[in-house]
Amino acid sequence: MSGHHHDHDHHHHDHDHSELSETQLRVRALETVLTEKGYVDPKALDAIVEAYETKIGPRNGAAVVAKAWVDSAFKKALLADASKAVATLGHVARTGDHLIAVENTPKTHNMIVCTLCSCYPWEVLGLPPVWYKAAPYRSRAVKDPRGVLADFGISLPKDTEIRVWDSTAETRFIVLPMRPAGTEGWSEEKLAEIVTRDSMIGTGLPKAPK
Amino acid sequence: MDGIHDMGGMDGFGKVEAEPNEPTFHEKWEGRVMAMVRAMGANGGLNIDMQRFARESLPPVTYLESSYYQKWFLALEQQMLQRGMVRADEIDKGHSLHASAPLPRGTFAMKDVERIMTRGSFARDASSKPAFAVGDRVRTKNIHPATHTRLPRYARGKAGIVERINGCHVFPDTNAQGKGDNPQWLYTVVFDGAELWGADGDPTLKVSIEAFEPYIERA
Repeated sequence: MSGHHHDHDHHHHDHDHSELSETQLRVRALETVLTEKGYVDPKALDAIVEAYETKIGPRNGAAVVAKAWVDSAFKKALLADASKAVATLGHVARTGDHLIAVENTPKTHNMIVCTLCSCYPWEVLGLPPVWYKAAPYRSRAVKDPRGVLADFGISLPKDTEIRVWDSTAETRFIVLPMRPAGTEGWSEEKLAEIVTRDSMIGTGLPKAPK
Repeated sequence: MDGIHDMGGMDGFGKVEAEPNEPTFHEKWEGRVMAMVRAMGANGGLNIDMQRFARESLPPVTYLESSYYQKWFLALEQQMLQRGMVRADEIDKGHSLHASAPLPRGTFAMKDVERIMTRGSFARDASSKPAFAVGDRVRTKNIHPATHTRLPRYARGKAGIVERINGCHVFPDTNAQGKGDNPQWLYTVVFDGAELWGADGDPTLKVSIEAFEPYIERA
């Protein structure tokens, strides 16, 4: 290897190294220690990361909502016991025992928050977005939900009851939004495409049909 | 604990700002932290309430300045040290230097991944009947334990209505201290906005919390 080449490699190495943040280095160190101690297999960690990157996300919840919109028996079962009803759909991530579906109506709009940490229905919506976990949402949702909705560009009628569910235990909530007018006769697949993540948290509405 | 994590009703944090097309993870290390936390829970190293208590026990300035996964990481590292599962010199060297601690369920391996994709159950057999029924008027207690609790400050000492009974669950207040499941009935208790925020609050607002039986008494 020529001196020039060596210098170049060396420089390149330093450059990479300087780009590793302190956090990145500490995370790597802890993972190495946990691995060497036999607490975790890094391949199993890879599999967890991959599952949340590729399989578990709001499309799961959107399929649940779309089915409830077209199948009244399923909707009834969902509102009675969401864990059981969703389990019948055979999703990749199963919901366990504590999922509760809450229905938006012309009279009531539901919104989900966790003021104490960031509890969120991972199995049907995937990992929560940054805003859901951040102080502005966690502080204001229970006190000024209409202000929060305004931040999302949503304005509801003045007499609509706003019901906020603070996820302070292991129960988890998913909002069943209202089916938009103009979607009569649509397939479940087509309906699922207009069900946004935020509409299932209660900070948004389904996309208007085009 | 009356910590910085208990944010419900605080003012001054500004607007909610959503990021369009947000990725699952912004940095690769975030995924590693999420996976390590899940794995160390699944292998019995730490329970979820211990992890939450560790995060809310971070110094308030650190809590506010750190991202979500930074908080997860700081709490995980702190818990590993506190529970003697990892020692400080190992963190410094980035390698194992001492014997491993025993784990209730052994190494978290590929065979365990599928299991944690189904959310664990927190329901437990009840030793008594629920003390409250749907429709009962209750008042949350005015409690301020220095340890972990899931009764938020804004909802202490407030009158509400029992709306649902959600079964008998692991009690976070004792589980966080390693004092066992101590199962308690769990209720959805709903409050009028005015009860929480006074007469000037949004008159169309109702807020519910998930309240364990020890948090409430008959109003």
